[in-house]
Amino acid sequence: MSTRTLVSPSVLARPRGKAAYWTVFTGVVLLFALAFLFPVYWMVTGAMKSPDEVARTPPTLVPERWHTDGFTDAWDLMQLPRHLWNTVVQAAGAWAFQLVLCTAAAYALSRLRPAFGKVVLGGILATLMVPAQALVVPKYLTVADLPLIHTNLLNDPLAIWLPAVANAFNLYLLKRFFDQLPRDVLEAAEIDGAGKLRILWSIVLPMSRPVLGVVSIFALVAVWQDFLWPLMVFSDTDKQPISVALVQLSANIQLTVLIAAMVIASIPMVALFLVFQRHIIAGISAGSAKG
Amino acid sequence: MTRTAARRTAPAIAVRPVPAPPPVGGRGRRRLRDQLQAYGFLLGGLVCFALFSWYPAIRAVVIAFQKYTPGSPPEWVGTANFTRVLHDPEFAAAWRNTLTFTLLALLIGFAIPFVLALVLNELRHARAFFRVVVYLPVMIPPVVSALLWKWFYDPGAGLANEALRSLHLPTSDWSNGADTALVSLVIVATWANLGGTVLIYLAALQSIPGELYEAAELDGANLLQRVRHVTIPQTRFVILMLMLLQIIATMQVFTEPFVITGGGPENATVTVLYLIYKYAFLYNDFGGACALSVLLLVLLGAFSAGYLRLTRSEGDT
Repeated sequence: MSTRTLVSPSVLARPRGKAAYWTVFTGVVLLFALAFLFPVYWMVTGAMKSPDEVARTPPTLVPERWHTDGFTDAWDLMQLPRHLWNTVVQAAGAWAFQLVLCTAAAYALSRLRPAFGKVVLGGILATLMVPAQALVVPKYLTVADLPLIHTNLLNDPLAIWLPAVANAFNLYLLKRFFDQLPRDVLEAAEIDGAGKLRILWSIVLPMSRPVLGVVSIFALVAVWQDFLWPLMVFSDTDKQPISVALVQLSANIQLTVLIAAMVIASIPMVALFLVFQRHIIAGISAGSAKG
Repeated sequence: MTRTAARRTAPAIAVRPVPAPPPVGGRGRRRLRDQLQAYGFLLGGLVCFALFSWYPAIRAVVIAFQKYTPGSPPEWVGTANFTRVLHDPEFAAAWRNTLTFTLLALLIGFAIPFVLALVLNELRHARAFFRVVVYLPVMIPPVVSALLWKWFYDPGAGLANEALRSLHLPTSDWSNGADTALVSLVIVATWANLGGTVLIYLAALQSIPGELYEAAELDGANLLQRVRHVTIPQTRFVILMLMLLQIIATMQVFTEPFVITGGGPENATVTVLYLIYKYAFLYNDFGGACALSVLLLVLLGAFSAGYLRLTRSEGDT
């Protein structure tokens, strides 16, 4: 990483430039620690203070005694295992449906030249222009009574899984990746007599691992973070994902227990991020630079 | 990779030097089969888009002109839903709040990520660390960040006022005051979402060729002039796209007001989407909710079209 940026390397090499650089560097470190890490620190330590200590002014920077009752109480009282499990089921199903159906559709649009393919793609991309949240009410009514088959999907994880497939961004990401695969490899497979499904499964998918990873992460994160849609769809408390349950229960629960539950709710996504940070950050950077 | 592929195909070509004759039924049927196959692959995705994207968009417009109660046949009521919604005192408040929120989010949430990205791009150390830290709040579920900041804004032992007190500054009502509630929510939304914007800017900044800066420097441009004449024009497209996306996203803000303020105090934070939610799930008035949705759709659609048109024509000249 020695590409030339705004400030020239020769300026940075001078003593004054060096001093300025390290001042800015320290400033940014402090700012980031204060703005982004400290709130998270405050949440985690808040969960481990006693109820008296949390309400104290001025507050203590470090808990006097480290309690873990908040976590155990949250786990039992707020039925976190059930809500976490609901979230996992919803996210995993949405991921699987999206991966199978979006990949198949993107492959068809990219490689199989369906009649009216351009129109279909246009219709899909047009949904990117439509503010999705503004359509939640008619979407809710559709899910409550599916046209033609008149089935009610409310309180069913399918209400998360199927709408998740209608994700134009992920589908377009996949299609664009498939467009760039080398033509001769696919043609060679076709000459060998491989069917379309075989080509998709044994050639296209193995070559598309990076984009499949990015789409997977986007799919999981989207479901885990969503609030308004699951709030509408799951009126049954036992079916609610963690995000909805947290808000519903937040009014009637002790503060330390709530904060502990918030920490628990954050752990899966933060862990996922820390493990895959390289890929996630690369995915965001790449996905946007061209788009 | 290509070598093995080539080697694998070679014997096949040797065995079948002439392409197989077209199957019985000729070209037409062959093409029909291809088409059926292509649509077989498309089907699942297409059904989902039709059901959950296209159909609801049409349905919003239809229900906006109906009296709709789930379970009973809808009745056509003309523009009654629109007039009722327009006469709701909360309607004006919701639009005013939403527009103010969007404007504040632009003022606060737009310059900060750009400047942060600009500075981060200059730093030669701990680059991965900065990227991870700035993106960390984005990975915290929005509901959790909203609840977290609700606790920070607590008038009693909230962190926000404690910080002010320790600096000997006057305390504020934050999300509990009618005047400060909206700004408080903008701060939460900015904190929670800024990471993504910073990363996208960083990627854009890295694609600027270094020679441009060198040339500008040779011409005697100072730091700010280089930002103004090199960095901003080079990242113009990304800036304009992100601005549009941010405006569209903030016009649909819901989680923060719902969780932190519940629309209060005195309707100071009721947003359009919150009002849509209220019409549908509190008043059971789906016609009114859809009328509001249509208004929001039309406004955002017109805005996006105008925005794209303006920015594009500006780019041509």
